[in-house]
Amino acid sequence: MYWTYLRRELAGRKKQTIIVAVGLAVAIALVIVVNALSAGVRDAQAQALESVYGVGTDLTVTGAAAEPGEGGGQRFEFDSEAGQTEDGTTSVSQSRLTADFMRGTLGASTVESVASLDGVAAASGALSLTNITFIGEMPDRSQMQQGGPGESGEPPSGGPDGAGGSAFDLNSFTVLGIDPDDTAVGPLSAVEVSEGRALTADDAGELVAVVDATYATTNEIAVGDTIDVGGSDVEVVGIITSTSSDADTAANVYIPLDVAQSLAGLEDVVSTVYVQATSADQIEAVQAEIEGSVADVTVSSQSDLASTVSSSLSSASSLITNLGTWLSILVLAVALALAVLFTISGVTRRTREFGTLKAIGWSNGRVVGQVAGESVIQGLIGGAIGLAIGLAGIGIINLISPTISSTSSTTGQGGPGQGGGPMGGGFGGMAQQTATDVVLHAPVTLWVVAAAVGIAIAGGLIAGAFGGWRAARLSPAEALRSVG
Amino acid sequence: MSMIHPAPASVDAAASSPIYALQAVIREYQQKNRKIRALAGVDLEIREGEFVTIQGPTGGGKSTLLQMLGALDRPTSGAVKLGDVDVAKASNAKLGRVRATEVGFVFQGFNLIPTLTAHENVDMGLEPLALTGADRASRVTEALAQVGLAERADHLPGELSGGQQQRVAIARAIAKRPRVLLADEPTGNLDEHMRDEILELLEGLNRDGLTLIVVTHDSAVARRAHRRLRLEKGSVREI
Repeated sequence: MYWTYLRRELAGRKKQTIIVAVGLAVAIALVIVVNALSAGVRDAQAQALESVYGVGTDLTVTGAAAEPGEGGGQRFEFDSEAGQTEDGTTSVSQSRLTADFMRGTLGASTVESVASLDGVAAASGALSLTNITFIGEMPDRSQMQQGGPGESGEPPSGGPDGAGGSAFDLNSFTVLGIDPDDTAVGPLSAVEVSEGRALTADDAGELVAVVDATYATTNEIAVGDTIDVGGSDVEVVGIITSTSSDADTAANVYIPLDVAQSLAGLEDVVSTVYVQATSADQIEAVQAEIEGSVADVTVSSQSDLASTVSSSLSSASSLITNLGTWLSILVLAVALALAVLFTISGVTRRTREFGTLKAIGWSNGRVVGQVAGESVIQGLIGGAIGLAIGLAGIGIINLISPTISSTSSTTGQGGPGQGGGPMGGGFGGMAQQTATDVVLHAPVTLWVVAAAVGIAIAGGLIAGAFGGWRAARLSPAEALRSVG
Repeated sequence: MSMIHPAPASVDAAASSPIYALQAVIREYQQKNRKIRALAGVDLEIREGEFVTIQGPTGGGKSTLLQMLGALDRPTSGAVKLGDVDVAKASNAKLGRVRATEVGFVFQGFNLIPTLTAHENVDMGLEPLALTGADRASRVTEALAQVGLAERADHLPGELSGGQQQRVAIARAIAKRPRVLLADEPTGNLDEHMRDEILELLEGLNRDGLTLIVVTHDSAVARRAHRRLRLEKGSVREI
């Protein structure tokens, strides 16, 4: 009888039932979409971080930022004999491998020191560098030395424009020196070989490299080619891609750590140590221990690193966290208020009905149970509609798959410091950034579904509690008298 | 205040034990800073099997007295005994049980639930009794048959005439097999023909032993009672 009465009552008050259910449905759908988007953004942030720091990296250890004037790296120097002269034009080309500007370095022994600490499962060092190639064309300098300004009155000839002009170009790419014997933690833990092979322990000391697939495609580099790194010809033995299909790898070119140190003239140093803790609950203790035992280092956890992810991914995160959450709360509050008001007004309108039921022996509990039951069912109807709308919304988002750009900034914070973008890193730029395009997916989790059902039941119970409280307070005599 | 004893309306009623015993019952309300005395010291005894009508002017306290008899309200002072239960002192739960088992109510406006069929409305009266589904169904069918509506069991109240709706309300009241049936203007919304039908039905129930207490303005109804009371300015007297 309980269900028959409940069903007939809800069906008899279609308008009210629909308004309450739709109100709750909109709120629940919003909560579902916002939560799914939040999870999607979190995943995207993790993906962006993974592409930079690798899978399983819990902490990164970097040196303190260098003072201005330090760590500037090598300079381009051309003597009078430099370049090749042909038809009055001298062409010069020189590559330099430099540490990132203002980036501090750590002694290579730091890797062993960190690895030996309690709670550390693995540690791997890397040296983050930028290769800059200076290419220029200028008039034959011997002409200028013969004449001298103002002496002959004739302008210099030759050069790229044939009238004594000059043209210069700077090309740069990022290079990461890694320990080829230990790639389980660090940037190479999140890559896979698409062509050729990966670096192995045997590659130590060899002029070999693996190249990021995107960079290789852009610059038409294939396995077996040689590239100029720091003035040396390095053979490309493999092409790698990020395990995340939506992100690039951390650097353009990867070479053995000892080769990187040698080519950059930075013996026995690394720029970053990637650390994996033995368990998640050890991370804080390990962080504290590294900070205590190794001087002048910055130790960053994943949450610290997450804060460095910026750009539109950060904007999306901020939008969802702030606007989305507050909008959900607002709509939920309005829907709940509507449900409560409608339930109370329904009880008031049914004063005679409840008075009669009490007069024929229904207990307060039975009447309250009826009111609460009707509210919970209204909530569940709203929950089901909301779940359907929410899942449809998530489906649409996943269908559209919006791309969000993320930039991992490592300014003053540490991290690998890969250069990216047109200017390259370390050449006059204070901030070291890695730009990645990440496809945003909104995952549907059991938690989201459970939350929707929970909110629906809670909404119904809250409205039912108010309505039930009102119904319980009705004295049967007063109820019958007031309508008599 | 003199105790009003039942008139010897019928041999059976005169010989039976009292179902109600009211002593010095006062009921006062506070209404907009005014104290209203609806019952001003009522002494009354009603025996099982009686058919009693209560008449009087509007606002004279008739409905208040009926609610007191139906364990819906408590006196401000005095005692209202329904069998062994003192309505003034019993807990709310006890009063609920009394209403569920001992008392049947019939209202002027029928008070049926419009979304439920006649069968379901009658069934609602059995909800507080812990009966099996089969017991409930058989009692509902029996009660509807008793009021002559066995064929209309699946009709909604809106599909029934006023007289039929009141019959459903009576079926709801008697399905629980109460000791007393309290009716507040049961024919107030009915035409003469329907009134007579309902009265015949109520008289039949009374003949079967059900105590009947009816509040009415209608002298035609009152004339058919064994005992007629008049309630005026909170005081009751035999007519």
